Amino acid sequence: MIAPMPVSLLINGEPMDAVVLPRLSLADFLRENLKLTGTHVGCEHGVCGACTIRVDGEIVRSCLMLAVQAHGASIETIEGLSDSGEVADLQAAFRQRNALQCGYCTPGMLITAQDLLKQSPVPDRAAIRQHLSGNYCRCTGYQAIVDAVEATAKARAGRSA
Amino acid sequence: MTGSAMDALSVLDRPNSYIGKTVPRPNLDRLLQGRGQYVSDLELPRMAHVVFLRSPHAHARIVSIDADAARRMPGVVAVVSGRELETVITPWVGVLSHMKGLKSAPQRAIAVGRVCWQGEAVAAVVATSRAAAEDAAEQIAVDYEQLDAVTDMRTALDPSTPIIHASLGDNLAFERALHAGDVDLALSGSDAVVEAEFLFGRHTGVTLEPRAVVADWNAAEARLTIYQGTQAPHMVQNIAALHLGLKETQVRVVCKDVGGSFGIKVHIYADEMATYALSKLLRRPIKFVADRVESFNTDIHARDHRCKGRIGVKQDGTITAFEIDDLTGIGPYSMYPRTSAVEANQVVNLVGGPYLTQNYRARARVVFQNKNVMCQYRAVGHPIACSVTEGLVDLAAAKIGMDPVEIRRRNLIADDAYPCTSPSGMKFERLSHHASLTKLLQMMDYEGLRAEQAALRGTKVHRGIGIASFIEITNPSAAFYGVGGAKISSQDGVAVRLDAQGSVICQTSITEQGQGSESLTAQIVGSVLGVSMDRVRVILGDTDNTPYGGGTWASRGAGIGGEAALQAAKVLRANILDVAAAILQSTPAGLDIAGNSVVDAIDGTPRIELSELARIVYFRPDTLPPGIRPELMATRHFVPRQYPFAFTNGVQASWLEIDTETGFIKLLKHWVVEDCGTIINPQLVDEQIRGGVVQGLGAALFEKCIYDERGQLTNANMADYLVPMSGEMPDIEIGHVVSPTLESELGAKGAGEAGTAGAAAAVANAVNDALRPFGVIITEIPLTPQVILTALGRI
Repeated sequence: MIAPMPVSLLINGEPMDAVVLPRLSLADFLRENLKLTGTHVGCEHGVCGACTIRVDGEIVRSCLMLAVQAHGASIETIEGLSDSGEVADLQAAFRQRNALQCGYCTPGMLITAQDLLKQSPVPDRAAIRQHLSGNYCRCTGYQAIVDAVEATAKARAGRSA
Repeated sequence: MTGSAMDALSVLDRPNSYIGKTVPRPNLDRLLQGRGQYVSDLELPRMAHVVFLRSPHAHARIVSIDADAARRMPGVVAVVSGRELETVITPWVGVLSHMKGLKSAPQRAIAVGRVCWQGEAVAAVVATSRAAAEDAAEQIAVDYEQLDAVTDMRTALDPSTPIIHASLGDNLAFERALHAGDVDLALSGSDAVVEAEFLFGRHTGVTLEPRAVVADWNAAEARLTIYQGTQAPHMVQNIAALHLGLKETQVRVVCKDVGGSFGIKVHIYADEMATYALSKLLRRPIKFVADRVESFNTDIHARDHRCKGRIGVKQDGTITAFEIDDLTGIGPYSMYPRTSAVEANQVVNLVGGPYLTQNYRARARVVFQNKNVMCQYRAVGHPIACSVTEGLVDLAAAKIGMDPVEIRRRNLIADDAYPCTSPSGMKFERLSHHASLTKLLQMMDYEGLRAEQAALRGTKVHRGIGIASFIEITNPSAAFYGVGGAKISSQDGVAVRLDAQGSVICQTSITEQGQGSESLTAQIVGSVLGVSMDRVRVILGDTDNTPYGGGTWASRGAGIGGEAALQAAKVLRANILDVAAAILQSTPAGLDIAGNSVVDAIDGTPRIELSELARIVYFRPDTLPPGIRPELMATRHFVPRQYPFAFTNGVQASWLEIDTETGFIKLLKHWVVEDCGTIINPQLVDEQIRGGVVQGLGAALFEKCIYDERGQLTNANMADYLVPMSGEMPDIEIGHVVSPTLESELGAKGAGEAGTAGAAAAVANAVNDALRPFGVIITEIPLTPQVILTALGRI
């Protein structure tokens, strides 16, 4: 086994130093080392999207990235995005529309939806479905999620108009 | 209960009632902010992690296990074999006495001597981290002697096929035959008889959070606490105690947030039993979380059926008889404790259920195989029964040249014919097939779609419409499991109390996995008490802190748990009014509760806030009149007694387009009309149906556990096993007809499985409708491009 390596990174804005095994996935690092359990692990092979986080502003599957690869990066998880209020309106729309049932996909779904809304202010339903198509939800059938994202996009567009 | 004004007014009609209203579920922010507590998230002091070494073979004798090297690996606490674990936990047999003839062999927490499916655990490695346990598991050397694997259900009963469990005598787990009316006479008097064989892909639940358990044996307390994502905490308590030689009081089951269940998490799995036993053996908390490959290899599979069906029809459209011969392979053991005979049994119960004919013959055979175990998954048996029934009805319609809607109109049981009994003995209290169909046709503009379909045919665009009527079993009484000897409660209990600040604490035995159990309980209790929902706190999922009950499965939470909540809240309400009358020198009948206050029953004038009443009761009982003994906590239990099951009904329609060059199907739209009785929260009901439909659409188009002839599961990962994603799913429009059950005051029947019951049937009928110009009929799901192109003769 290769020896532990030091990493320094920003987690939700806080500087963090750690020593980790090179094989440790970023998802496991967040969950097990930092106790940021809002990042969920569903498939551990990059298909389900439950572990989606933001790395330097881009959405990433944290199960497909090693913790050591995040050296020097800025990591944002659902805990950070919640506390900053960045996705508060999206979360409110999810609550209002019951766009979550068990909630296990929800952090990844919110982060992916927010990514879309940053790129494309008023996406149509097909574009929303397309952008979320890497995030698996077994409970809702997706329609409520699409509705919530669409409603948030329209509300944001209305505010900025 | 006293004769208060409340008695005259139904709880459903009270002012400010939450019943029938869309309100957001309480406490969603926890999940929205990533601050839920799933079992996967849980850590306890001294906790170790277990990883199971699993058999790579479908059937093999275990010659030897050499774990010396593994035991020397860093972080390893113990390597435990099946033989060692047998000293702590006893084997089990998954049978129920009312399933006559059902047999199975003793199953162990970890295999002893022999493995019977690829994925069965042969050793447990416990270490300080999961990674360390996985490293050590790689160092275990197991010497296997491979045995012939029984994989094809069609030959499982042949004399030349090896018998998996010699002590059972054959590979037949269960057989049921039923004959009602006179099928032969009916068929011989028919103008046409159509038959087909319907094939269903074996698929699985794919909960996003895999199965997870933390077992914590506290040797000093002689008590085991099990943290588990389960739908039935009291069932887990009973089973764990039984097989570990404990009293039920020595076992506590705690279930917080659960990342999806759908029936996958209502069973007792061998690896979970092993985890309980390892905690007792090693005297420390042990955590097991399945990884995704393990989930595919060990979470129960479902729906592996081949069902031959026949239907007789007269030229006027009258359906004369249904006949089926169903065969299903369940893996090497009948699952514990609900058994693996239930799905086939349901198929027999449900085929032909929406229709008038009383001529029905059925046979179902359930056989053992060397594949993963099969058992109850959302809508148990319903998708099979519905696909066979509705497929046959469409075939009959096509044969006599009748529109699929017309043949249903002529044969669905009339809405005023209830109560009535089906040929399989199912008792229907009140269904609404015709009203539902009428509503569906309006919603979808059936005539308009037919015109559009015809117009597009000319441009080589092949669209199809599929209709599927269905019935759904809900609210099971003791007839489901209790009478067969299983300690699975069919009743549920709710305790409601007013706390010292006038808020309401409600403990219920139903559980939450996202359906909205917490919300429906708070809505009912708040409505009955006259208290706002933000004052109601619901506690679920803890055998130490809730009344005894069944949990959440079989679409029973609202119908059974909801009624218990209603009845408990009524008692508490009466108790509050008794105290209020004493304090206010009034009478209970002259008072009501509304807006968190006791009010004048006539004019609604507030008389005393509940917080003030509670303050007096709890802190100044000395000021109450003599003889008044306030009881601000009430408990009630409920179980259906009149009907063994409630039945709901509905109808679904699919509108889709097939690319006959590629075989790809595009789902354009899906409609459902459903009658679940009283609707407590319209949004939650609709979302249950939508989610259920999409699980049915997954089965229709994508999902299949592909085994090779040696019993190897070849697609045990999410890249190769396809599930529905947002891009392929249609918008789903939902309508309702409401026929409340009179068995309860609430009238709710349940809505959890209706979507899954009929979705695949609607899609399959739409595919055949789209392909009608090509003269092909497909009676197989999933309807993959390969299946479509093969039927079209393109490959």
